[in-house]
Amino acid sequence: MIHLVPRRQQSKAMVWGAPLIAVALTLITGGLTFAIMGKPMGEALYTFFVHPLTTFDGATELIVKASPLVLIGIGLSLGFRANVWNIGAEGQYTFGAILGGGLAIFFHESTSPFLLPGMLLAGVIGGMIWASIPALLKTRFNANEILTSLMLTYVALLLLGFLVHGPWRDPDGFNFPESRLFPDAGTMPILIEHSRVHLGAVFALVAVGAAWLLLGKGMTGFKLKLVGSAPEAARFAGFSETRMVWFTLLTAGGLSGLAGVCEVAGPIGQLIPTISPGYGFTAIIVAFLGRLHPVGVLLAGLVMALTYLGGESAQILIGVPSAVTGLFQGFLLFYLLACDVLIRYRIRFSEGRAA
Amino acid sequence: MISGWEQLAPLILTVITASTPLLFAAAGELVTERSGVLNLGVEGLMVVGALAAFAGTHATGSAILGVMFGALAGVVLAFVFAVLTLTLLANQVATGLALTIFGLGLTALLGKGYVGVTVGNLPQLNIPGLTDLPFIGPILFGQDAMVYLSFAAVIGISWVLSRTRIGLVLRAVGASHDSAHALGYPVIRIRYLATMFGGALGGIAGSYLSLVYTPMWAENLTAGRGWIALALVVFSTWRPWRLLLGAYLFGAITVIQLHAQGLGVAVPSEFLSMTPYLATILVLVVISRDKLKIKLNAPACLGTGFRPTQ
Amino acid sequence: MIEEYGKDPEVRGAPDHIGGAPADVSLLEAQGLTKTFPGCLANDQVSFTIRPGEVHALLGENGAGKSTLVKMMYGLLRPDEGQLVWEGRPVRMESPSVARRLGIGMVFQHLSLFEPLTVLENVALALPGRWNPKELRARVIEVSTAYGLPLDPDRVVHSLSVGERQRIEVVRCLLQDPKLLILDEPTSVLTPQEADQLFNTLRKLSAEGRAILYISHKLHEVRALCQNATVLREGKVVAHCDPRGESPESLAELMLGTRVAPPRRAVTVAQAERLVMSNVSVTTNSTFGFDLKDINLSVRGGEILGIAGIAGNGQGELMRVFTGETTLPRHSDAVRVDGVPVGGLGPIQRRQHGMAFVPEERNGHAAALEMALTENAFLTGFKKLRLTLGGMIRAGKTLDYTQRVVDTYKVRATGPAADAGSLSGGNLQKFVVGREILQEPGVLIVAQPTWGVDAGAALAIRQALIDLAAQGSAVVVISQDLDEIFAICDSIAVISEGRLSRARPVSEVTTGEIGLLMGGIHGEHAQAAQ
Repeated sequence: MIHLVPRRQQSKAMVWGAPLIAVALTLITGGLTFAIMGKPMGEALYTFFVHPLTTFDGATELIVKASPLVLIGIGLSLGFRANVWNIGAEGQYTFGAILGGGLAIFFHESTSPFLLPGMLLAGVIGGMIWASIPALLKTRFNANEILTSLMLTYVALLLLGFLVHGPWRDPDGFNFPESRLFPDAGTMPILIEHSRVHLGAVFALVAVGAAWLLLGKGMTGFKLKLVGSAPEAARFAGFSETRMVWFTLLTAGGLSGLAGVCEVAGPIGQLIPTISPGYGFTAIIVAFLGRLHPVGVLLAGLVMALTYLGGESAQILIGVPSAVTGLFQGFLLFYLLACDVLIRYRIRFSEGRAA
Repeated sequence: MISGWEQLAPLILTVITASTPLLFAAAGELVTERSGVLNLGVEGLMVVGALAAFAGTHATGSAILGVMFGALAGVVLAFVFAVLTLTLLANQVATGLALTIFGLGLTALLGKGYVGVTVGNLPQLNIPGLTDLPFIGPILFGQDAMVYLSFAAVIGISWVLSRTRIGLVLRAVGASHDSAHALGYPVIRIRYLATMFGGALGGIAGSYLSLVYTPMWAENLTAGRGWIALALVVFSTWRPWRLLLGAYLFGAITVIQLHAQGLGVAVPSEFLSMTPYLATILVLVVISRDKLKIKLNAPACLGTGFRPTQ
Repeated sequence: MIEEYGKDPEVRGAPDHIGGAPADVSLLEAQGLTKTFPGCLANDQVSFTIRPGEVHALLGENGAGKSTLVKMMYGLLRPDEGQLVWEGRPVRMESPSVARRLGIGMVFQHLSLFEPLTVLENVALALPGRWNPKELRARVIEVSTAYGLPLDPDRVVHSLSVGERQRIEVVRCLLQDPKLLILDEPTSVLTPQEADQLFNTLRKLSAEGRAILYISHKLHEVRALCQNATVLREGKVVAHCDPRGESPESLAELMLGTRVAPPRRAVTVAQAERLVMSNVSVTTNSTFGFDLKDINLSVRGGEILGIAGIAGNGQGELMRVFTGETTLPRHSDAVRVDGVPVGGLGPIQRRQHGMAFVPEERNGHAAALEMALTENAFLTGFKKLRLTLGGMIRAGKTLDYTQRVVDTYKVRATGPAADAGSLSGGNLQKFVVGREILQEPGVLIVAQPTWGVDAGAALAIRQALIDLAAQGSAVVVISQDLDEIFAICDSIAVISEGRLSRARPVSEVTTGEIGLLMGGIHGEHAQAAQ
């Protein structure tokens, strides 16, 4: 019989140990999956996890893919600490891209140096607007933010589809569902030559730093943790749960919107129907894997970005469908949740009846 | 107005087809939630059920066996959820999300080989005489087996919950797991069973999608229906008959907006497609704002893990 | 036949009581029961005998080992040593269902009821066998009326008072025809009148030849009801006696071991009013709570006001008005502290005005169980004690403060970094009260200060409250425990269904009068009022 014995204090070792164990288990499972598919285990694992890092293109693409994950992940980690479950980051990302990209399309002939900053601001505001809806519905009407933010994701994606198929379609674009290309003044500056690494990476690092300061020994971190674990005690202490909900949702929305506009003004360069390989959802895993801690989120973002690249490289080099990425991400999250139990409990094997 | 009826009948039939998967998934989740477990992974359950049913039907040639495969897939995934949340005490919200992400990822990968493949159909009911009645004949007596099964499920769940001892115990576990434990009831085991039952129905819902609704497999076939099913459970205030109403309401909305697109309604198709999702939000707001109603009807232990104390 | 309620607080109920003639046959015998938990010897070679028809008391303070002993008798725990003998034959109480089959019924202090379900459904869940609503309904009505505990099978439990809810538990046991009925602190949630009703039921059961094991620390009840008593102290049996032949002091001495000095109350000179509430009315937003209606109170410096009342009569709402979790309109001066209107302020600002609070529920409200003691200390003290600097937490200062609380109130924990949830109930309560008192508040409001706390800690907490008042602070104690209120308070008011009675000096009232006020129009009358 397996018994879970509560620990007196959370195990600090396991807080960081659990993700490592989870990653290890994912690697093992990944290897087995490859083996079942008939691919040589070692080679497949290398192709998936190591190969992308060995080339210049691979390493820079890692940063390109990790930036939005980290940006969104930081925002989500704040909310999750406070038990605010923003599942609609994908929608906030999309709406931010719509507003920011819309500005670029509107001013498509502009060469003003204010265009890009304006777009970035519009992106942040767009994300915040989209996140303010679930915030309002939760604080005023008690509606569950998981479902409302998620439904809004579908709405945002449909809105994007409408825009690129209709009013914002490139008149010179041969009827493809895509917008004009953004002008140079509305494109993200590249940081590393011959790569796609853009300013978004800097934003991501700044977000990590800001969150680290805010949470480290700050009141904000304390308040979030308290609201998340004991909401009545938070009220007793005088902290407003409503304010926490608004703060976390708007922050996550703003960061997601920023990630969205960076992506369309950077690597993509225009508005098209699909502007994300599921960043908003993967960022959820990033937040958990990173233990809701800013530095952890940074590392986790890099790991998850690697899984995207790994999927692509596996598809090209050894003929495994890139959908294997989604599978591995799912496994990772499962293992992480399972290992998390070790933070609060010790496992003891004994005889005797279970409770 | 015969032409009006003639237009109405196929419309009603499509509504039934659209509502049935919602009904199955929501009914299963209702049972799970009544026992106090919040399983947000309904979308994941549905999508693995859809693929398993499709693959099973393709392999065996029998749609009925396919549906059973779908149900089984749902049960297995729900079991994994139960182990994580009930035994390992993982956070129910996060684990439900994990279930969805995992389910979508797994099926995207495994389903590659099935895109573009066709399979056989489910048997339709055909009672000579009754089925041939004009208008109501096909609607009431000409459905495929699953539609009748969905109604039977709702009736059965309602009866079991309100009139049997098992139903009473299930409700008790959801109302207060501490009291149930004190009285000697195996809280964890009951929740495992309720969760797996929800998994079976979720898998069946998915099977319906891939075998009847759009008889084919495509990645992300479920398109958010699992989340709508979750909202439906809240809408129904955890009562089976209300669920029936809600599922059909949503099925109707889905169908009407499709037809509106076809009828050349002036609204762009994307906006029409938004209606089910916006309607879900509206429904949630309307039901949730009455805190008292929620408190009186929602299983008090919903989402809170059970930690047996000495 | 309802007994006349006597004026003397020590003797309740009829002077003679009927008990089954104790035969030489024993019903249940405990022989050398021993149970150890990590770090604690809960029961040490406990032996005693219960005879059929006997009303047997199990006396002892919180932490003496009564709960552990009874859990072993009911099959919830297995003894490490010793055995139980039922009707002459040794038995292994594997589980509560075994105990029930033998004929043992138990009414716990913490009721195991399901609020959204009906009385009938709640009873059915406790009984084995098939679900036969019609038959069960008839039996419930029959048994509940026969024993003076009437119940309506179709009422939903959340609409019942605590006393009525307890009846469900008793009826659940009676329907299984028990030979031994164990009751754990049954009167802690009852009005004195409801307690009398219960005693009548128990006497009737005893006359039928059923044995009763009555667990309590209320000495006057035990003396009025029981023929035989076993006294536990720190896990061991220290005495077997006939409580009718003992005085409350001698019984208390047996329970506590030393001469108990009552908490010292210095005579105080009347000082200025420090806390005033005028005509406060608040609608509750809790489902089963009470609206507050026209609350008026005034507490002076050096005074301890006790607010008595059964749980669930508006204490929670009142506490929230005190703490500022419920705020009044901004410009109202309905609540004044040292003359300053605070009604529109939130908890943080109220604490800056010198208020401090200890809510009733330490798990999750007064303290966050998953967080460390330092964080819990920070929770209420950060503003007044300046534990932050520019948005950052001052860890060193917070640690010092936490350590002071732990040392001053002898809180047993692995250290200031220990999770609050790892502390025992008594120690957490000491911490939660101590952290407020060390902030030297001008006004302290405490709810249920010694609930679930062992005797030593309870004494320490009560003394701390008295000392705080002696320094000139105004203290309000909201409590269900009348003994506690009479022991430490200067004046007393009663809260019932959201209304507060006029406060009167403790020396001028009797427990009888208070009991009537506490009962209010609760119970049967409440149903008619709905």
